[in-house]
Amino acid sequence: MTINQSGWRPESGAGLPLDTALPATATGNRGLMLEEPLIFEIGSADRSGVDIEAAPAIASRLGGLERSEAIGLPGLSEQETVRHYTRLSRQNYAIDLGLFPLGSCTMKHNPRLNEKVARLPGFADIHPLQPVATVQGALAVIHELGEWLKALTGMAAVAMSPKAGAHGELCGLLSIRAALEARGDARRVILVPESAHGTNPATAAFCGYAVEDIPATPDGRVDVAALTARLGPDVAAVMITNPNTCGLFERDLKTIADAVHAAGAFVYCDGANFNAIVGRVRPGDLGVDAMHINLHKTFSTPHGGGGPGSGPVVLSEALAPFAPLPFVEKREDGSFLLVEEETAGEHHGRSFGRMVAFHGQMGMFTRALAYILSHGADGLRQVADDAVLNANYVLRSLDDLLDAPFGASGPCMHEALFSDADHGRGGLAEGFTTLDIAKGLIDEGYHPMTVYFPLVVHGAMLVEPTETESKAALDQFIMALRSVAERAKAGDPLLKGAPWHAPRRRLDETLAARKPVLTWEKPAAAQ
Amino acid sequence: MRYLPLTDADRQAMLDRIGVATIDDLFSDVPAAARLDGPIEGLPGHAGELAVERHMAALARRNMAAGDGPFFLGAGAYRHHVPASVDHLIQRGEFLTAYTPYQPEIAQGTLQILFEFQTQVARLLGCDVANASMYDGSTACWEAIGMARRITRRGKALLSSGLHPHYVSVARTMATFTGDELVHRAPSLDVAGDGEDLIAALDADTSCVVVQYPDILGRINDLSVLAEKAHEIGALLIAVVTEPVALGACRAPGEMGADIVVGEGQSLGVGLQFGGPYLGLFATRQKYLRQMPGRLCGETVDAEGKRGFVLTLSTREQHIRREKATSNICTNSGLCALAFSIHLTLLGEKGLRDLALLNHARAAQVAERLAALPGIRLLNHSFFNEFTIVLEKDARQVVRDLADRGVLAGVSLGRLYPDEANIARGLVVAVTETVTDEDIDALVSGLKEVLA
Repeated sequence: MTINQSGWRPESGAGLPLDTALPATATGNRGLMLEEPLIFEIGSADRSGVDIEAAPAIASRLGGLERSEAIGLPGLSEQETVRHYTRLSRQNYAIDLGLFPLGSCTMKHNPRLNEKVARLPGFADIHPLQPVATVQGALAVIHELGEWLKALTGMAAVAMSPKAGAHGELCGLLSIRAALEARGDARRVILVPESAHGTNPATAAFCGYAVEDIPATPDGRVDVAALTARLGPDVAAVMITNPNTCGLFERDLKTIADAVHAAGAFVYCDGANFNAIVGRVRPGDLGVDAMHINLHKTFSTPHGGGGPGSGPVVLSEALAPFAPLPFVEKREDGSFLLVEEETAGEHHGRSFGRMVAFHGQMGMFTRALAYILSHGADGLRQVADDAVLNANYVLRSLDDLLDAPFGASGPCMHEALFSDADHGRGGLAEGFTTLDIAKGLIDEGYHPMTVYFPLVVHGAMLVEPTETESKAALDQFIMALRSVAERAKAGDPLLKGAPWHAPRRRLDETLAARKPVLTWEKPAAAQ
Repeated sequence: MRYLPLTDADRQAMLDRIGVATIDDLFSDVPAAARLDGPIEGLPGHAGELAVERHMAALARRNMAAGDGPFFLGAGAYRHHVPASVDHLIQRGEFLTAYTPYQPEIAQGTLQILFEFQTQVARLLGCDVANASMYDGSTACWEAIGMARRITRRGKALLSSGLHPHYVSVARTMATFTGDELVHRAPSLDVAGDGEDLIAALDADTSCVVVQYPDILGRINDLSVLAEKAHEIGALLIAVVTEPVALGACRAPGEMGADIVVGEGQSLGVGLQFGGPYLGLFATRQKYLRQMPGRLCGETVDAEGKRGFVLTLSTREQHIRREKATSNICTNSGLCALAFSIHLTLLGEKGLRDLALLNHARAAQVAERLAALPGIRLLNHSFFNEFTIVLEKDARQVVRDLADRGVLAGVSLGRLYPDEANIARGLVVAVTETVTDEDIDALVSGLKEVLA
């Protein structure tokens, strides 16, 4: 054996053929790709990462309900805890790692300034039921953010308490129902386009409405003629997403809104895609009566692996009197009043009530306000411009290779929609699907785009790059997606096995649903 | 603008590729009347980090933070010490900036944690299964009432007078639109809860009984008999836990026969945050699994047979079932669930029990000292870390007067029940491990002064 004296790496691979299967390791780890057991497998009931001071001796006042049985909660020391979660974190894709083009989800950069301000003790460490005089700064944040949201949407009022987008939809529909009931008008139908988010019909049904579909035109927009023909004394509202889930601006929304209003109904706008038009268009100018704003989309509060969200709802003059409790009012002397049950009677007697304990997602309000102030009115307009520019760039860089079902319907907004259809570009090889393209992108180091939504397009692939991606980042993503799509068209059998390089290969979702295992149980042999 | 990477040269090159002359051309579908020509007037322009931070910090300084002085508020939100590693870990970008784990192969971190969280929650609440979390305790409570309606096909829910009034308000709001009948009255300043009344009110139309444990006045009552009586008539028992640390010391509601246990998980890992984001806990019996709302994570295997985790049973959810879904919920409180799970892992069983005993002992000390003051009566026989005292005057003004002295003394029943004059002298006081001896002295002397 010769000694490498150069200080440089020796020539690698003593003839190891490149196609050799990866050698197994004793641990199951593969270099930096680390396997991690469950806390129940590594922790124990008598270990702890927290020192608790000894409790003073007292006579128990627990009413004879002391817990005697073991709970079954494993503990870890601090270092073991840090390692467990750090190792698990490395099995996640995230915006911090790269482009995250999930259509309709607006995965943009989450500025760290927002995290910093949300953690100021004056925001993070205040109780929702403190005397109002001791939380004037918090009420000021809610008010200031609300004023921005009203100005950006051109609407009369805002309800800040909804906890997420779907909760905002609920708020909007409850406002509409309260307004209708106040005039003794028991309408029972809500019209929802086929391309809508699943939350729209679910919310309408939750509020006790019958849901009817509105068809789309071949160019991917709401069929205005079909919609107006269906309007009548039984229709309470129309729920429209604008820009819609095909990535297109509903250019007839004002016409639709006028017809809806003439028929005595209201327009609910799903604001999930507001990012594309913020600073460019005010939904209030299009006749919208209620719209939720996902602060975790347009205003960059972090998605956190699936939440928490935040879904303030802007309301028109007609719906404002019915907005939920609580909310904040600014007094003439500059102080802030919290309008809740105690004070609602004189100020807000027609409110439909409370949707949630306390005041909504304060921790998201501080982040969203910091984001809005950072951009200002000019920057927010630039957000929409760059988001739309990036999406159109992706659309026109791929539509020669992938079918863009509405590519001829004009520019897209914030997201570019593709399908797995042929349409003269050569379809995918026999047996290959959109799912294979998605899984192939994982091997290329990307989170896939939204797939199989909207339902109106076969094998949909919905790409939303957002404004925080550079041109270089887009170019690399486009190159990767082109490569994977070409492999799907050529029928590369290796693609069917993708992902090969992720922490896990394709997971058996059918098994998970057929025999649900939702909690950990000690294996029988170990008991 | 620091978050926007495109240069003017990039933009031009991209417009060329797209085949349009200007960005405005990309907005050609917007009707001319609705197009804004430039930035909306009257709003400020962009600002640097320093300026934004100054503005936000100035607003933060206008609040009295709980850590600034003696602090005794609870009533559904509790101040506990959160270990430093919790906040460090949840700020890892791979957790903070990930999305819902729709692509499980690259979301095993989030998914495994949800699986661990579900197991921790089920065990803590004494149930078979738990979901991956809801918005908060109040919405979880309403979802449980809806679930009981689906299971029993009955529409009348009996809400205990000890249930948090905001939770009652949320249920009332929703019931207006769903047609559920809710039976509820405000609490009275009794030593016992209303278990007997609830049992007497049970009938063949009752879908569920909803009780809080410990309740809004801090009382702890055995749920076993109520569960038995509810089951005899075909109704479900829903238990609501707003202070999960209590379950380190007290029997779990599931163990006492509750069919659905929901809760507010904010106490562990999440912090006060002026009321949100919080963490809805939701657990039930195995047999009701498919009626449960919200996200679920389940175990499975990958193509090589390795254990892995996926979101599962999504046929209950809105993105598949649309108008027939069990709920319209589309998010969970992912990051808060992570914080809860990390905090509970750091504590472990021993740490949670010790923490619970410390809370209880501190509360018992404070209760004893307050009860000894003239003009104060301690309502509770039983309590965990929160109890109610009855003063000789309206507690709202007492709370304001003490706040002026820098003491945040508790939550007045007048704030919670503005229409119930007969209980306005009640003050709910919470005592956690964060309270020091000096804080207690300040509360005692402050109360003496204000009540004198």
